[in-house]
Amino acid sequence: MICSVTDNSLSIEKSDAGRRGLCCKNPLRAKANVPANLRRKSPLRLPELSEFDVVRHYTRLSRLNFSVDTHFYPLGSCTMKYNPRFNEEAAALEGFAALHPLAHDTCAQGTLELLHDLSARLTELCGLDAITLQPAAGAHSEFTGLLLAKAYFEAKGENRTEIVCPDSAHGTNPATASMMGFTTVNLASKPDGRLDVEELKKHIGPKTAVLMLTMPNTLGIFESNIEAIAKAVHDAGALFYMDGANLNALIGMVKPGDFGVDLMHLNFHKTFSTPHGGGGPGAGAIVCSKALAPFLPVPTVKKSGSGYVSDFGDGRSIGKVKAFFGNTGILVRAYAYMLAHSAAEFGDIARCAIINANYVRSLLMDIYPSYSKEYCMHECVLTPGADMTAKGLKTLDVAKGLLDRGFHAPTIYFPTIVHEAIMIEPTETESKETLDEFVAAMRDIHDAGIADPQKLKDAPHTMPVKRLDEVQAARQPNLHW
Amino acid sequence: MYIPHTKKDKEEMLKAIGASSFEDLVKQVPSKFLWPKLNLPGESLDESQAAALLSGLAGKNCRPLNFLGAGAYERYTPAAVKAITSRTEFLTAYTPYQPEASQGTLQAIYEFQSTVSALYGMDCANASMYDGASSFAEAVRAAVRVTGRKKIVYAAGVNPQYMDTLKTYFAHSPEYSYVKVPMKDGAMDKAALPALLEGAACLAVQTPNFLGLIEDMSGVAETAKKAGALLVAAADPVSLGILATPGEYGADFAVGEGQSLGLPLAYGGPYLGLFSCKKEHVRQMPGRICGLTKDKDGKRGFVLTLQAREQHIRRDKAASNICSNEALCALAATVYSALYGPEGLKELAEANSGAAAFAAERLAGIKGVSLKFKGPFFNEFVVSVPGSAAKLREKVLAARGVDIGLPLAPLYPELGETLLVCATETKTEADILKLEAAIKEAL
Amino acid sequence: MPKPEEVKYTKTHEWVHLGAEAAVGISDHAQHEMGDVVFVELPKVGQKLEKEKPCAVVESVKSAFDIYAPVSGEVTAVNEAVTGDPALLNQSPLDNGWLFKMKASNPAEGETMMDWAAYQEFIKQAAH
Repeated sequence: MICSVTDNSLSIEKSDAGRRGLCCKNPLRAKANVPANLRRKSPLRLPELSEFDVVRHYTRLSRLNFSVDTHFYPLGSCTMKYNPRFNEEAAALEGFAALHPLAHDTCAQGTLELLHDLSARLTELCGLDAITLQPAAGAHSEFTGLLLAKAYFEAKGENRTEIVCPDSAHGTNPATASMMGFTTVNLASKPDGRLDVEELKKHIGPKTAVLMLTMPNTLGIFESNIEAIAKAVHDAGALFYMDGANLNALIGMVKPGDFGVDLMHLNFHKTFSTPHGGGGPGAGAIVCSKALAPFLPVPTVKKSGSGYVSDFGDGRSIGKVKAFFGNTGILVRAYAYMLAHSAAEFGDIARCAIINANYVRSLLMDIYPSYSKEYCMHECVLTPGADMTAKGLKTLDVAKGLLDRGFHAPTIYFPTIVHEAIMIEPTETESKETLDEFVAAMRDIHDAGIADPQKLKDAPHTMPVKRLDEVQAARQPNLHW
Repeated sequence: MYIPHTKKDKEEMLKAIGASSFEDLVKQVPSKFLWPKLNLPGESLDESQAAALLSGLAGKNCRPLNFLGAGAYERYTPAAVKAITSRTEFLTAYTPYQPEASQGTLQAIYEFQSTVSALYGMDCANASMYDGASSFAEAVRAAVRVTGRKKIVYAAGVNPQYMDTLKTYFAHSPEYSYVKVPMKDGAMDKAALPALLEGAACLAVQTPNFLGLIEDMSGVAETAKKAGALLVAAADPVSLGILATPGEYGADFAVGEGQSLGLPLAYGGPYLGLFSCKKEHVRQMPGRICGLTKDKDGKRGFVLTLQAREQHIRRDKAASNICSNEALCALAATVYSALYGPEGLKELAEANSGAAAFAAERLAGIKGVSLKFKGPFFNEFVVSVPGSAAKLREKVLAARGVDIGLPLAPLYPELGETLLVCATETKTEADILKLEAAIKEAL
Repeated sequence: MPKPEEVKYTKTHEWVHLGAEAAVGISDHAQHEMGDVVFVELPKVGQKLEKEKPCAVVESVKSAFDIYAPVSGEVTAVNEAVTGDPALLNQSPLDNGWLFKMKASNPAEGETMMDWAAYQEFIKQAAH
């Protein structure tokens, strides 16, 4: 087994013919009964390793990662908060983990009760009436939400073909709209980063199905004219969809339903502390008003007498967006998180998330100008200052400089409407001390970059690899061993 | 509560910000909306209270001896898989946007893509989809994009949940048509294909099919090709330890439910969508793809690549809107496959085939019970039962704590009173004899 | 092969060399702005194009650019070399990096496009 510090081999390169890890000795193997003509002819090219080889290989790989547990990870719009260990233990409980998705309802009472209570708490937090927990992720929720809108208008006999969203929207909004056959109408943001209500009124009408709006928006700003926006949408007979990716800024502090949201999505791997796992699994939800409830995907959970049953609706449902129920394993984690918070404690999440973002912003904006001149909500968008750009230093260099200083980089070059954007979301679970260290690192990058620009342009210097050739990777894709 | 701030911290931070109070920071929110009354518990639970509550709920789910399959399979999850996936460097990382700080996740994705390509015998695979159903739907969407045709021909043995998901994906386009290939003794009637495939975007097949039968795929890709249609194949990855691969029988796109590779059942998710294709369709793959490259010193490294196809760049022109995928589940499947290796996966597949064969033999010996189909099957099969299959299931479940399988009447009324019975490698001879006895007793 | 002064330019940075068959590509300025090109998707021979409608895609690592048909007409040839080696677009956008040829259905459409001097001025204006 190779295990030197310079080892960067693939598992297959460590393979040795005939070496075994786990095996399956079930004696029923002898009864296997597959005719020769249906059998695999080509060899199965997987590594042949001992269990220890496998454990050491992937343990080594794990140590090449930055993660929330090991590093401050202020990735804007991604809400990289602490993932409580307790959530993991809850999801691993045998009673939840071993339950088959087609189990008879009488066998699934615990999970159904959990989902029912989770649904009730989430609809209350959002100030809305009904929910589906079936979507597998945020983008999948958006898709579900637009399907609901479609079904809603079809039932009313209206043919609405347009989705309106601001140019600061997450890329998933227009991508989802197009996947659904809608035309996207893009609205230019005002200089302060907000939606221009007059522009909105010009572009909204009988063809508009939905306004998709991220709240707070991707610049970390709240749409203060929210009432006028909601009124314009409803006057046009359209629906108001809130992209809930940034709900961490609002949770417990406001109820989106109160300001006229008709439907919204939740990302459990953001606001509700479930882990990101290097890019999933996530879980999503659509929370909606009574008017949209009949169209929700099936099944949903209904209380029936003293127990709970899967409810398949009255036939108006949009159908299924995913096999089975949803990412229940993630929902158990989210429920564990809900149990750890009272009504008032939810408000503290929003409060401390907002304080943290403003703290970082205020300590950095003298050298990293803030796009917005106002206080931010849960995240702020900064840019490299003129003295750095004069030296040819870019946002990418700042990001790489942070890696060398032991911090994960913020989200960069997003939102696209801000040139050289650095989008910082500290989240409420980071302490003042951590933020002070981060601020010091950002200031050090500025000073060191001005003194020796080339060194920063060559960063990172201390990571397992240096800057990678992405051009070669895309021109001659090497996608497997 | 997971917030570190003391009262003093908050005061000092507000002072540094230059705000006199928190309310200063949120003046942009109309005050009438702030701090509404929330009808939620006034007290949160401490960890031991929450643990007790959750154990109580978990205990309300019962644990029958389980012969349910139908797209989700009971598997043993090796300890080493749990150990690796609970390493928080994997668990709590995000999508690898900064490759230098994410080489662990990226190399694991590359090895996952390699594992899927090897299992399915295909040229390339992506970094995962939500589940088998969404992979299937996205593969059919890709076939529609490639061919520019809107007629979708599918075998009657495709998982009905996959078809439901596909139809939801195309719900906005009434011009899509769906044509079912009729069933012949539980499998696809190949003789019907040439006529049905005319003008079709693809033929979508699943093997082993939803009813457990192994489809004979010889000549199918050729028939599809003659009609200008692509072949989309769904297959259980564990079955590919012994069964012919989609690559071998000429599929253009091959997909599957990766839950089979050692993931817990968890009442439906998180699971793992496997998605692979022929080289010429690589750019039609939705979602993230990891590639091997070099850093500026020439050292091997990994990056997300072909990104310009994706939603964050193409926005409304992207191939798909997928953003988060199932990276941690993909890691689990990769570790699982590496632990078992080619020989172990073959053993697993044989154990599935053997357990199901034994179960079928025993059940077919019960008076009034018979095997519905004659063809070869993998790890599940259909039996006809006297009387209501649903009632029989409930009766045995209540009396003996055995879940004898899925009643098929709601999905395939034409099959009459039948059950889809599954036995994976987790079932012993004694388990199967218990199943037999429980059914006998109830009839 | 045309010199930069011999072709006409669009506001979306395509060049077109008018003639019995019109050759189309992207300007040197455009390839410079895009950075390393990693992928090119071309129209099909025989495809009918409509002026100012997207008909091809050029991708860099982190961006995708639509290519718009400079005039209406039918595609008569495509440059397979650039799909195999997209770097040609960076190396010689006017020569080996041409994208496709077409038969213009209304050659008069070409007259509204910019000449070299006007295009230089257009780039200068756009930079402000």
